[in-house]
Order: sequence, then structure tokens, then C-alpha cells
Amino acid sequence: MGGYTSSELMAIFAMQGFAGISLFSVLLLMALGLAIIFGQMGVINMAHGEFMAAGAYTTYLLSTVTETYFPGFMPYYFLVAIVAAFFVAAALGYLAEWALIRHLYKRPLDTLLATWGLSLIMQQAYRSIFGAREVSPALPDWLMGSYQPTDMIDIPLNGMFVLALTLLITGGVFYLMFKSSWGLKVRATTQNRVMSGAVGINTKKVDRLTFALGCGIAGVAGAAFTTIASTGPTTGTLYIVDTFMVVVFGGAASLLGTIASAFSIAQAQSILEFFISGSMAKVFTLLTLVVILMFKPEGLFASKVRR
Amino acid sequence: MQDRSHNRGAADSPKGSWVRRSLRAAIAAPLAGLMLASQATYAGVNTTGLAVTDDTVTVGILHSLTGTMAISETGAQEAEKLAIKQINESGGVLGRQIKIIQEDGASDWPTFAEKSRKLLVNDKVAAVFGCWTSASRKAALPVFEKENGLLYYPTFYEGLEQSKNVIYTGQEATQQILDGLNWVAKEKGAKTFYLIGSDYIWPRTSMKIARKHIENVLGGKVVGEEYKPLGDTQFGSVINKIRLKKPDVIYAAVVGGSNVAWFKQLKAAGITGDKQTLLTISVTEDEVLGIGGENLEGFYSIMKYFQSQDNPNNEAFVKAFKEMWGDDSVIGDVTQAAYLGPWLWKAAVERAGSFDIDKVVAESEKGDIELTTAPEGYVKLHKNHHLWSKARVGKWKKDGQVEVVYESELIEPDPFPAGYQ
Repeated sequence: MGGYTSSELMAIFAMQGFAGISLFSVLLLMALGLAIIFGQMGVINMAHGEFMAAGAYTTYLLSTVTETYFPGFMPYYFLVAIVAAFFVAAALGYLAEWALIRHLYKRPLDTLLATWGLSLIMQQAYRSIFGAREVSPALPDWLMGSYQPTDMIDIPLNGMFVLALTLLITGGVFYLMFKSSWGLKVRATTQNRVMSGAVGINTKKVDRLTFALGCGIAGVAGAAFTTIASTGPTTGTLYIVDTFMVVVFGGAASLLGTIASAFSIAQAQSILEFFISGSMAKVFTLLTLVVILMFKPEGLFASKVRR
Repeated sequence: MQDRSHNRGAADSPKGSWVRRSLRAAIAAPLAGLMLASQATYAGVNTTGLAVTDDTVTVGILHSLTGTMAISETGAQEAEKLAIKQINESGGVLGRQIKIIQEDGASDWPTFAEKSRKLLVNDKVAAVFGCWTSASRKAALPVFEKENGLLYYPTFYEGLEQSKNVIYTGQEATQQILDGLNWVAKEKGAKTFYLIGSDYIWPRTSMKIARKHIENVLGGKVVGEEYKPLGDTQFGSVINKIRLKKPDVIYAAVVGGSNVAWFKQLKAAGITGDKQTLLTISVTEDEVLGIGGENLEGFYSIMKYFQSQDNPNNEAFVKAFKEMWGDDSVIGDVTQAAYLGPWLWKAAVERAGSFDIDKVVAESEKGDIELTTAPEGYVKLHKNHHLWSKARVGKWKKDGQVEVVYESELIEPDPFPAGYQ
């Protein structure tokens, strides 16, 4: 790299590093909800992307309402929106589980079809309610622009925000899963549903709450992504493939695997992309993934669940 | 409409009983006589059995109302309906009111072909206004050529096509690209260019033309060329690459959801209009709704039409559009090009004195049909089925409108540019 000073190269290096970490946090935030649902319940939720869109649209609605009625509240609404996005998406998830998923637990392929149908219904509902055009919520000023530690380094603020949020949510999920009594019940149900029922765990309720939690996290992801991209009726489909890739590569039942998988995919993608074109970087990333999955079909962290 | 129901009756008659069949024959005979009689009055107007009666003519509108492309195609079909409504209010075409049959292409290319066939074969429409992506046009094209239909296609596109059965009301690649590049080279003294686009035919063809022009005509240098998969929303690495290359101009053709992510992330990375010249061929007022004006401020778009263009035609058009489709609707380049379709068709039909496709095409091919009322300003239809139009460079403002900073002369359409392929 002739013609560049070392400080310039350092700056690019730092920013490129952050680009990788930022992609990692996006992938992880998307995949967490799915990992809980797919990993803990074995349900392939094709509508995951649409629950994200539900969160994104909630953010958009709140931004519009705030802008019109409480302009003074604009700098803070986004934090409220994230919480609201969680609860809206979780409520929708709760409803979907009750109306649809619970009837199909014994038929995994049917859940795939049913949730795919659900995703189409939700897409069309968004189109009817919000219109076909893509929308963007107005972002508070503190989320725009970049942080400049030196003259040459620009770290995007929205990227830092998504990163912080991802860390927070991941921490929360780990606490819930491994430290709370509810998490204990979820893990028990995953390992042996019949025994869990026998010892008095209401497995149906556990399922419903797990599904709702997964969808709620998808909603938070959707809210966070409004800072990066726009929201349209089919936004969810943009993310669903990557999301499944992360979860499957990580090993379905392992949250730790999901994190490792998101990290390695994100780094591979962003480093490759720096040196070759975007499309080719994706090709190489996917090829590597396929090869690794051929040798380790269970994913990076093989699940230790007795089926 | 009459002969449509008649056809349907004939088609299912084998299933009916003998009595019903003879009954139908008894009814059909005088009906046919009636139709013959009315045929006489529009003999020259319609000799090929199109859906034309004494006081109506039926046309088709074929855009995606559902699916990914609905975002972009909504404006186009709204403009076409507005044009048709205005034509009807001013007396119609050859004294006939235009009726619309609308079909949904559903963002699915085979569906466009199927619906085209339905419109041409079953509905016998006299013209179709529709398609948006090149992929949908390429899918529908064989149907239009086989059934001898007439398609008015509104989108700016990569060129390299000229079909007898299509009138292209958007600009082909050279009309959009060359003058914009000349402008930026002259005005900004630009020498180095970074090209970035989504990974499909239109950006790739456009970039190929741009690269040739930059290297051979402007004597500049392309320091990077990059394509991102459609729908990709992560631009961090590309932005760093651009930072490393420090191009005078970023030349962008990113589309769809990626487009929004691209501009939001540019802004977040501190690359803004006051520090970096960016020229895009894929942002119209429609896209700005999603991207947000504040993320685009100071960047440039090359189009042939902007909503903020200041002329009486455009004033009337914007007013009528908002009256019909709501105050908060915005009008992008393709929307305006779609609005031209019905007017160009009306002009050709009235000069031909007939709805027959061959006669209408023959009139269109004379190369002298003009529209003085076009919102973009004067346009003329070229022998090669494309429009003479001007290229305009707009500088984006925070409110999602542009300030037009450059306007070219009328540019001759050249769908097969020599030296650029």
C-alpha cells in the first residue's frame, strides 16, 4: 500500500475492525431470537424476519407520533421505542404460538410451511397498513453522525449503539437462560419434555413464553436496524437467510455457538470484502461455511441434547 | 367488453346442453348482427379485433402492486391513471373514453409474462402501460412481440434494446450517464471516480458505459469498481475502501433496500455532501422517502425529471397528481416518465386515425411525435422508440427535494451506443 502514511493505515485498520464488529453485532442480534426458538424449541420460524419488521414498524409509528405530538420528547423516544418494539413483537409471537405453532409441535416440517405462510400474511398486512413504500423513522440527533477519536477515524454512532444494545440483550438472555428459574425450566423442557411435565413444569406455558421471548428479541433487532437501513413490508426477508446461516453454523441448540458463529461469519465477510468485491466475499464466506458444515454437520458447537 | 362476454359464452358452450346451446345460438345471432353493424362505424379504427367500441377503448396497466417492487411501481401506475383520467376528461382518444384493466405483476417476472398474455389475448387491450425492472420487461417482451401488443415502458434502463412493440419513455443509459459525468468533470474538476452499484444488469451495464466514458473521453481514472448483492445492508468495508482510495467522485447505482443502508451508513461514517462529491443514478424523490433527506443532503442525482423543476407544465402536473393521490405523495423520475406513456399513445393513435398496433407503431416511428405538455419539458419520440430528453443534475436538500443545478441540451437517444459496449 504505497503512498499512505502509517497513521492513515492505522486509521483504516481501526475503522475496518469496527466494521467487522458492527456486522457481528447485527448478525448476533438477528440470530439470538431465532436461536432461542430454533435451538430450544426446535421450531423453524420462517416468520422471524417479519417479527423484526414488526419491531421496526413500531419504532416508525412511535417516531411519527412523537414528531407530531411531543416534539420535545424526540431525543428520548428511541429508547422507549425499543422497549415497545420488544413488547409488540413478543405479543404477536405469543399470539402466533397460541393460534398456530402449538398445534404443530410434533410436525417440524409443517411448522416450516405454516410459519412461512404466516410470514406472507404479515408482509401483506404491513403492505396494507403502512403502504408499499419503505419508511424510515426520524432518528434522534445523538444517533447520527460519527465519533472521531482522531482526525482520520470516524466510528459510526449507530454502529456503536447497535453494538451496545446487542451486548445488553445477549447478557440479558444469558442471565434468563442460565441464572433464572424460568431458564432452568426452559432448558429442562428442551432436554426432556415428558420428564419436565412429570415434575410439574407447565411445558406449554414455557413454550409459549420462549416463543414470545424469541419474537420480542427479533422486535428489538428490528428497532435497532432502523438506524442502519429502512423498513418495508419485505424487509424481513433480507435478513432471514443470514439469520438461519448464523444459527445453523453455530450449532442449533447452543447460544455460545451462535455468538461464535456470528463473530466468525462477520469477520470473514468484512475482511474479505475489504480485499475483494462484495459479491465475491459473500461467495467465499458461504463456500467456507458449506465446507465446514460438511465436516461438522452439527455446527460449530455440537448440541449435547438427548433427543 | 361486448365481444369479451360473447367469447366466453362460446368457449364454455360445449359443456352446455343442446337446448342451452341452441338457445344461445338464437340469442347470439342477432347479437352478432348488432356487432357487425357497429363494426362498420369503426372499420378503419380497429381492424384487428382490439377491445374498442364506439365510445370506449380498453388499455392495460401492468405493474407490481405486491412484492418488493411495489415500492417503486406504485408511483408509475398512479401517474398512468392520472394521465388516462385527464385524457378522458378532455374527450378521450378518437372520441373514445379509455377503460383500464389493471393487473398485478407481483414483483415476479414470469407473472409479468403471464399477465401480459392475459391482457393481450383475453382482454385485447389496445396498449399496455407497465413493467418497471428490466427483468420484468425482458420476461414480457416475447409475449408482446408474439401477440403484437404495444407496451409503454417508463423506467430509465440500460439500453441495448429496441423492440417494435415497445415505446421506451424513460431514458436509456447514455442519456442519463454521459452528460452527468461531463458535468461533474467540468464543474468539480473530477479526475478519479469510484463506481459502486448493486449486482445486476442495470448497474453493471451503466458502470461499463461510465467507465468507458471516464477513461476514453474525460481522461479520468476509475480507482475502484464494486458491486454489492441486492438487498445487502452492510457497507462498512466498502466505505473504508472508498476512504482509502480518496476518489474525487463516488458514482453510485445502488438500489432498493440497500440504497437506504448505503446512504445512512455513509452519513454515519462522516462522508457527507460538504466533504465528498457523490453522484448517483438511482435516487429519485421516491427513494428519498426511505433514505431520508438529511442523509442525502449535498449529494447529486442525475435524472431527466425532478419534482421541483420550475415550469408551468410541471406545476400543473404536480398539482393534479397531489389532488388525485394525496398531498404527501412525491413524484420521482419514473413516475413522470410513466405519465408520458398514455399521452404519447394518444398522440400516435390520433395521427394514425386508428388503434391498430401496426399503424400506431408506424406513426410513432416517424420520429416527430412531440409532447409540449410534458412535465419534464419538451420531449420528442425518436425513430428508435426512445425519447429525446434532457439530463438534469439535482442537488439534494434536507427536505427531500432537489435544486436543479444543471440542465443539458436535448439528447438524442442512442440505445446501442458505439464504443461503449
